Amino acid sequence: MLQAIDRWLKQAALEVQEYVRLTLAAVGCVFTPPVYAHDVVEQFDVIGVGSLTVVLLSGVFTGAALAMQGGLTLDQFGARPVVGRLVSASMIKELGPVLTALMLTGRIGSGIAAELGSMVVTDQINALRALGTDPVRKLVVPRVLAGFFMTPILTIVADFIGIFGGWVVARFTLQVNSGVYWLSVTEGLYMHDAWMGLIKPFVFGFLIVTIACHVGLRTTGGTAGVGKSTTVAVVAGSVAVIAADFFVTQLLVSLLF
Amino acid sequence: MVQGADAQTAKQILSETGAPVVMFDHVRLAFDENVVLADLSFTLIKGHTKIILGASGSGKSTALKIITGLWKADSGVVWVNGERVDQLTEREMMSVRADLGLIFQEGALFDSLTVRENVGYKLYEETDMALDAVDKRVEEVLGFIGLIEYIEKMPSELSGGQRRRVAIARAMAFKPSILLYDEATTGLDPITATTVDDEIIKLRDLEGVSSIVVTHQLRDAFYIATHMAERGADGKVRIMAASADKAEEAEFIMLKDGLICFEGTAEQLRRSTDPYLKTFLS
Repeated sequence: MLQAIDRWLKQAALEVQEYVRLTLAAVGCVFTPPVYAHDVVEQFDVIGVGSLTVVLLSGVFTGAALAMQGGLTLDQFGARPVVGRLVSASMIKELGPVLTALMLTGRIGSGIAAELGSMVVTDQINALRALGTDPVRKLVVPRVLAGFFMTPILTIVADFIGIFGGWVVARFTLQVNSGVYWLSVTEGLYMHDAWMGLIKPFVFGFLIVTIACHVGLRTTGGTAGVGKSTTVAVVAGSVAVIAADFFVTQLLVSLLF
Repeated sequence: MVQGADAQTAKQILSETGAPVVMFDHVRLAFDENVVLADLSFTLIKGHTKIILGASGSGKSTALKIITGLWKADSGVVWVNGERVDQLTEREMMSVRADLGLIFQEGALFDSLTVRENVGYKLYEETDMALDAVDKRVEEVLGFIGLIEYIEKMPSELSGGQRRRVAIARAMAFKPSILLYDEATTGLDPITATTVDDEIIKLRDLEGVSSIVVTHQLRDAFYIATHMAERGADGKVRIMAASADKAEEAEFIMLKDGLICFEGTAEQLRRSTDPYLKTFLS
């Protein structure tokens, strides 16, 4: 039993060490040549544009559901007209960043882990090294840059489309006047809310991609190992997003309020 | 890294006939309790072929990974083209790899790239060579291995033998002086395997490439050791039985439990009375 715990702890420490090493190497590579520019552009397209549909759909339905639920609760206090305030504050501060990050974990985290894992088990990573290419520079850096910069942009899209989804429900189901809804949306927002909603996605994007790259590059055990890596990347990425949300929120509350 | 006057001396020695291009000196590698290479020493002479035989898990592929710096030995000295690769960092290894081609067991072609992009990968990505010149070189090597009509295909559209030949083309595109073949014919039917063997022979005899061939396919090992390529007056390449001198240039190494249990020519291997070798050869 003790041996098993000892082995698990050593394994966990090794994973953390390797993750930190990969992350530092990737950050170092961002600022030194060569940069594989066409890979960076390709990843911005794959991660950013490619994730637009899933982010739009999850955003609009979240905003709509939030307005529906919020409307029912607010009715108890006769405050149905301020449903816009509830939707905008929730979407921008919390649901937009977290749900977008979770969606991206499922979509790009799994994709990255599966792609890099397959490359590891078929010796393509070793082939890259043998051909004189640093796999971190070629594969990890473009994905990290794309994840870091595209997650906030996708979050902004999710926020706006969520608020729009809320308006559809508020206007046609809750019968709230459009002008009242949009006034309520803007009244409920402060600058520090916007900052909170903007800063968090940078952290989430970085975490999702670096975790997926780390898990993918440490794949062992053939095709079964690729499947396992994909699952681990999604689970670890999702937990990291939710845990980071708590800590970053706490930090930002202490700094902004 | 070897620099300055030492680098000049090393360059001069390596340009001479009979120069050692790869040297293993008491190399050892173990993963926990599992000793992969116990004590491996051998030398590859410029323009010659070293054929490493052995059962699965005997450390054959490990030796190639140590030469290319993909793995590091626990102890011992490894020289490649005048550089002590066991002491080099990953970044320093890049210059050594510039003159080193490795053909992986399953080809390890990049799935998302076409045959053209795979073959020209290093030239497109890691050199300043003009695109036209790269395209020309890619077409030249694909012509050499007879796969020019597959240039725009994806690796998934190729057969096993074609994938291995494209892998050879990728490794030779940047004109390395040393090629390492890791089970290049394993899993192929005899006819396809012979086409791959012919490429190995052609590269050695027509391009002057030094090669290390790792395999457990005896038929292919003996074929490579006992045949040679020659370009006729009509420009066509012929594969024929090797002359006695040429056959001497192909040396066999048999690995067993991380140690060399035989070293010699094809003829000496055939005549060996060692019980293990006889079992392996039967």
